[in-house]
Amino acid sequence: MQPFELVTPVGITEAVELGRAVDAVYLAGGTNVVDFLRTGAMRASTLVDIDRLPLRGIDFDGQRLRIGALTRMSELAAEPAVRDRYKFIAESLELSASAQLRNMASIGGNLLQRTRCLYFRERNFKCNKRTPGSGCAARDGENRRHAILGGSEACVATHASDLAVALVAADAEVHLHGPSGEWTSLLETFYLEPESTPEIETRIGRGDLIVAVSVPPVPGGERSVYLKLRERASYEFALVSVAASVDLDGALIREARIALGGVATRPWRARETEARLQGVALDDSGVLREAAASAFVDARPLRDNGFKVELGTRAIVAAVRQAGGGA
Amino acid sequence: MNARLTVNGRGYTLVLDPRESLLDVLRERLDLSGTKKGCDQGACGACTVHIDGRRVLSCLTLAARCEGKQVTTIEGIARDGVLHPLQRAMVEHDGLQCGFCTPGQIMAGIALLEEGHATTREEIREWMSGNLCRCGAYNGIVEAIERARDEMRDAAV
Repeated sequence: MQPFELVTPVGITEAVELGRAVDAVYLAGGTNVVDFLRTGAMRASTLVDIDRLPLRGIDFDGQRLRIGALTRMSELAAEPAVRDRYKFIAESLELSASAQLRNMASIGGNLLQRTRCLYFRERNFKCNKRTPGSGCAARDGENRRHAILGGSEACVATHASDLAVALVAADAEVHLHGPSGEWTSLLETFYLEPESTPEIETRIGRGDLIVAVSVPPVPGGERSVYLKLRERASYEFALVSVAASVDLDGALIREARIALGGVATRPWRARETEARLQGVALDDSGVLREAAASAFVDARPLRDNGFKVELGTRAIVAAVRQAGGGA
Repeated sequence: MNARLTVNGRGYTLVLDPRESLLDVLRERLDLSGTKKGCDQGACGACTVHIDGRRVLSCLTLAARCEGKQVTTIEGIARDGVLHPLQRAMVEHDGLQCGFCTPGQIMAGIALLEEGHATTREEIREWMSGNLCRCGAYNGIVEAIERARDEMRDAAV
């Protein structure tokens, strides 16, 4: 591991002052940063230890959920208001990582976690995300786990966070403090597609610090579902995942929210599918399937991951049925 | 940098490089080699310890950040030479073959019992999934946790 300095600011203003330096990285739970510094996939000359800043805790005022950025994954998953009203958020957390990692990892860090693309991790391979301009080993390599949506010539790595998929479905916002003040973004548009600059993954600027995430009410959130399909029964990243909520008007879908993980370069909201589901009967299998398939019209499968189109389509159908209260 | 660590109730004052993981400090500086280094990248669970009562991975924890916290390792589990019920149950139920993952399994298992996520075999398997066993002693490990759960419940009545 390259040497670094570990500094501990006492407040948010001081943290941002330290965090805006070149090669400074914020350190919260450390599960991602410590690992990637060790493998060399990330570099930092200064680690700004933000863990003791007062950014931990969950507040639900009966309408909106506000989550401090340093809240642990395990703490958010256990929160009664989350389990009752945003079931897919709790499920996305408990289907992530392991109990030990969930005790360590922060919510802010989870949203900024780096891809699990093996070529990003291994310094011996080309990777435009790790070393801009070096090329992409995944496009013509082992790409079973890579993206079929939102990719570019430069990068087809998937976004790794399950939580981000559920939060994007929930219309969550992310709140930041930075060198030029406070700002807020819809989480969905906070994430960027790789295009020709895959090293830039979000709208975050140098020194910007996530301080909180807030979530508005989700119609049907109490029955919402996070369906995660993977190659092991547990402790594994998604091949395909679906966050779904369904608000019913009798037997008809009034509003559905669908976001996908494991298939795209960023947490992926399936808006076309949502539009097609409006007014549809939950037991209308043909229309449900067509609506689900519309999420993958623009899919660009690679050598090894064409199966994600069919798997994703079926996963959406299953998640929508479950979120609507059917089998 | 100077740091004062508390491990198994005992205080240690150390000069640390900020890069040193808690795992390396336990094993190489404090002679507490019960905590094992498996993958050193947060994937295997062999290095599981408790910090302030919660199970975490010591390989991804920078030792310098543990100042003021209570670290518990496998060496701090037995009381006056008497094994914890889960340690005993692991022996009785053959919850190990080579034994390398065992300290991590026990530290994760003790936390699991305290968290209350050991009600069914399925729940135990899910909440222990962060601890890999390359020998495949999983059935024995799950049985040992069930046994320790029942024994601790009976003792509490």
